Amino acid sequence: MSLPEGWEMVVGLEVHTELLTATKLFCGCANAFGAEPNTQTCPVCLGLPGSLPVLNRRAVELAMAIGLALHATVSASTFHRKNYFYPDMPKDFQISQYDRPINTGGYLDLPDGSRVGIERAHLEEDTGKSTHLGGTGRIQGAELSLVDYNRSGVPLVEIVSAPDMRSAAQARAYAAELRGILIATGASDGRMEEGSMRIDANVSVHRVGEPFGTRCELKNLNSLRSLQRAIDYEAERQFALVAAGGVVRQETRHWDEDRGVTSTMRSKEEADDYRYFQEPDLVDLVPEPAWVEAVRAGIGPLPAARRARLAALLTEPTPAQLDAVGTVVDLGVEGFVEAAVAQGVEADRAIARAANELAGDASERSGLTQEAFAATLQLEQAGELSATQAKTVLSTLARTGGDPAAVARDLGFERMAAGELDELIDRLIGEHPDEWGRYREGDDKLAQFFTGQVMRATRGQADGKAVLDLLRVRRGR
Amino acid sequence: MNALEVAASVRDGATSALEVVAESLERVAARNEELNVFIHLDPEGALAAARRVDERVAAGERLPLAGVPVALKDNLCVRGQPTTAGSRILADWRPPYDATVVERLAGAGAVALGKANMDEFAMGSSTETSAYGPTRNPLDPSRVPGGSSGGSAAAVAAQMVPVALGSDTGGSIRQPAALCGLVGVKPTYGLVSRYGLIAFASSLDQIGPFAATVAEAALVLEVIAGHDPRDTTSLPEAAPDLVGHLDDGVAGRRVGLCRELVEGADPEVVAAVERAAEALARAGATLEEVSIPELKLGLSAYYLIAPAEASSNLARYDGVRYGLRVDGPDVEAMNVATRTAGFGDEVKRRIMLGTYALSAGYYDAYYGQALKVRTRMIEAFARAYARVDTLLGATAPSVAFALGAKTKDPLAMYLSDVFTIPTNLAGEAALSVPFGTGEGGLPIGVQLLGPARSEVRLFAAARVLEAEAGR
Repeated sequence: MSLPEGWEMVVGLEVHTELLTATKLFCGCANAFGAEPNTQTCPVCLGLPGSLPVLNRRAVELAMAIGLALHATVSASTFHRKNYFYPDMPKDFQISQYDRPINTGGYLDLPDGSRVGIERAHLEEDTGKSTHLGGTGRIQGAELSLVDYNRSGVPLVEIVSAPDMRSAAQARAYAAELRGILIATGASDGRMEEGSMRIDANVSVHRVGEPFGTRCELKNLNSLRSLQRAIDYEAERQFALVAAGGVVRQETRHWDEDRGVTSTMRSKEEADDYRYFQEPDLVDLVPEPAWVEAVRAGIGPLPAARRARLAALLTEPTPAQLDAVGTVVDLGVEGFVEAAVAQGVEADRAIARAANELAGDASERSGLTQEAFAATLQLEQAGELSATQAKTVLSTLARTGGDPAAVARDLGFERMAAGELDELIDRLIGEHPDEWGRYREGDDKLAQFFTGQVMRATRGQADGKAVLDLLRVRRGR
Repeated sequence: MNALEVAASVRDGATSALEVVAESLERVAARNEELNVFIHLDPEGALAAARRVDERVAAGERLPLAGVPVALKDNLCVRGQPTTAGSRILADWRPPYDATVVERLAGAGAVALGKANMDEFAMGSSTETSAYGPTRNPLDPSRVPGGSSGGSAAAVAAQMVPVALGSDTGGSIRQPAALCGLVGVKPTYGLVSRYGLIAFASSLDQIGPFAATVAEAALVLEVIAGHDPRDTTSLPEAAPDLVGHLDDGVAGRRVGLCRELVEGADPEVVAAVERAAEALARAGATLEEVSIPELKLGLSAYYLIAPAEASSNLARYDGVRYGLRVDGPDVEAMNVATRTAGFGDEVKRRIMLGTYALSAGYYDAYYGQALKVRTRMIEAFARAYARVDTLLGATAPSVAFALGAKTKDPLAMYLSDVFTIPTNLAGEAALSVPFGTGEGGLPIGVQLLGPARSEVRLFAAARVLEAEAGR
């Protein structure tokens, strides 16, 4: 979508990420997703009278790692109380950072070369999780609300970007790149579907050269796709409103994924006065320089550097190849590519296979070692296996493990003798004169028909690309 | 029998913890109805605990407080025992855990008899804001025992127990100690862990002991003090050696008689402070008159900072998870109905004050300004302590007043703490020690103040005054 010439959208994102610590931010309860409700709680994370918070050192390290990976400055910081009543918040205040956050002023470079400023990345505690039964599923009008406090006190870092993005696609790219960094630093698993990474978007529209318009905050963006759709929808909505002489009201809006629209949740006038003040139960957080440097030294290579390293294996990479490089890095499977290349497999082939065949959860391909991946691609490169067969071998290895050559044999994949494919194609042309005639007259769809016949006759052993080549040679004669 | 004698005789086997506790329970039974000291008693639990102490003594453990019965202010969490903070909103709440001080007392062989009455959430100076009725002063039951730790003070003054724990946010240990003729200590902020203390104002709250004598108070403080990893604001060091320095005296010490800490007190109180100054001088201290004008700002700053923190600390009493719940058509209505029914007037007044002081548009003028005053007060104290080691003043403006005398006038009640509040704002140490009597033969307390971590000197000075007073 695009706004009319001379208009642009302005987008800033607030990303909350749960940290991968063993325990919660202020107590020793386990920080783990999916346990029975209210089994990971104690007086502290239930906010019982008399309980006191004690800061988790590992959470501070991960927060610093995020900041340092985003080129931010780590400083002495303080905690504040954000006061408001809500049943899933046991103390009826959230311990967060306010005017002195741990990380300030950084930036994130996106793959397209653009740079997005980072205003701050601060530590705070998560709330419990409410389930509202009856009514609309929101707390208003619910017959019954249930609260699971397992999530209460889980450490979060909120990363606030500058309003530097100018399209929904750029916002999506920022979120994806940030997700990669969170995973690479070990701070987060980046799982949006489990809520361990949650994104709110601030969107406004304005005429280029004029001051920014009034912004609306979008919530309930549960995937990168909804992020992009919601921002586009919202920018169009605001433009239509302004173009019709209306005024955008500052408010928080809820994205409805099914209907593809945003709607008012609460206006600025209804917003809580959070009555922030410094948390008297915690002391100032003043990281020693040596500690900060140790955290910095412990940060592994970040996605941009890893993409550059893989891309350097390719000569004059095409956009499609660069996409595959990005996928390999997102999947974190560079090790497979490197193992294959070390065995003499062409980088292009290794990257393409890794990008396409190693998607999904690593636990679902536990049988596939880097060595077996490399060996399979070697067989393919040597012509022992067709591309289709190589993919089948890889998916079989993922499930069962084993030796690639043995797996290929068990699957009945044997190299076709020289000339065998030629003979087969000639025979099929003879058996299907009508189809062949139409193909010769230029109906390319019939190529699929012949390929299918070949695959059936060879039980998938033929190389689809070789079949197409042979068909074209015959049509050209 | 005082705590030292009890512990020694239980350790020696001259008596048993069981006998001591049983006797103590009898004294409670004799006067509790009249005075309303304990709002929860656990006789069976106390007797069982006493038997365990006897077993530990028999097994050779040397327990500093072997068999010593104690009263706990009702804002200290005790596992499985009612802990209400004097409020209806926590009427049925039983904590699933022990406060650090409760663990430490038990570890040292002390036996808690139950929970002592207090002003609701420690907000008050007379123990009259308790949802469970006022406590009476054992020395004159027509008068208040002071507050907010009035139940703890009365328990010791009525000789139900030799020692008790209270909490002091603006004077809530020292003022009732003065009104009941006891030693009461507000330790340096962070010396005693607050883990398990139901918060009133977190940056000011501190737990401390009541006792009839300086030595008993010192022993109890030694047991409960020292670093606790569960309280981030607790000082890093172990408990100081107080008992070993009780007889250090004050020779060569510089004592400042602080004008602002007697101004406005009844003449008999001022006279008692002056006599205390002379006594310290006779014992070898150099005496000096000191003026710290900033202390006059303390009351105003305190009544912004403490309510602000309280408004946040008390938000959790919303009817959702524990304590009182008064149902309503939706969650917000339930919150409001619960808090309306569960909190008393003084608590509501302070929640409103604090909420206002922190609100957008008012923060800078009220809470922010109060923080600046607090900083100035800390600096002013530091200047004074560059000249003198210890400050001397009154603890409370008068002897114990009549029940109901100030309940209609919150400001008059707030003035009860005018001499004690500055120490809390500065996070420093102070104690009250009985010195003479006034109207009706009621006790007067004088206050000794020192910088952070000055407890050793304060106790030694208090011991001098105690000896001078003939004990």
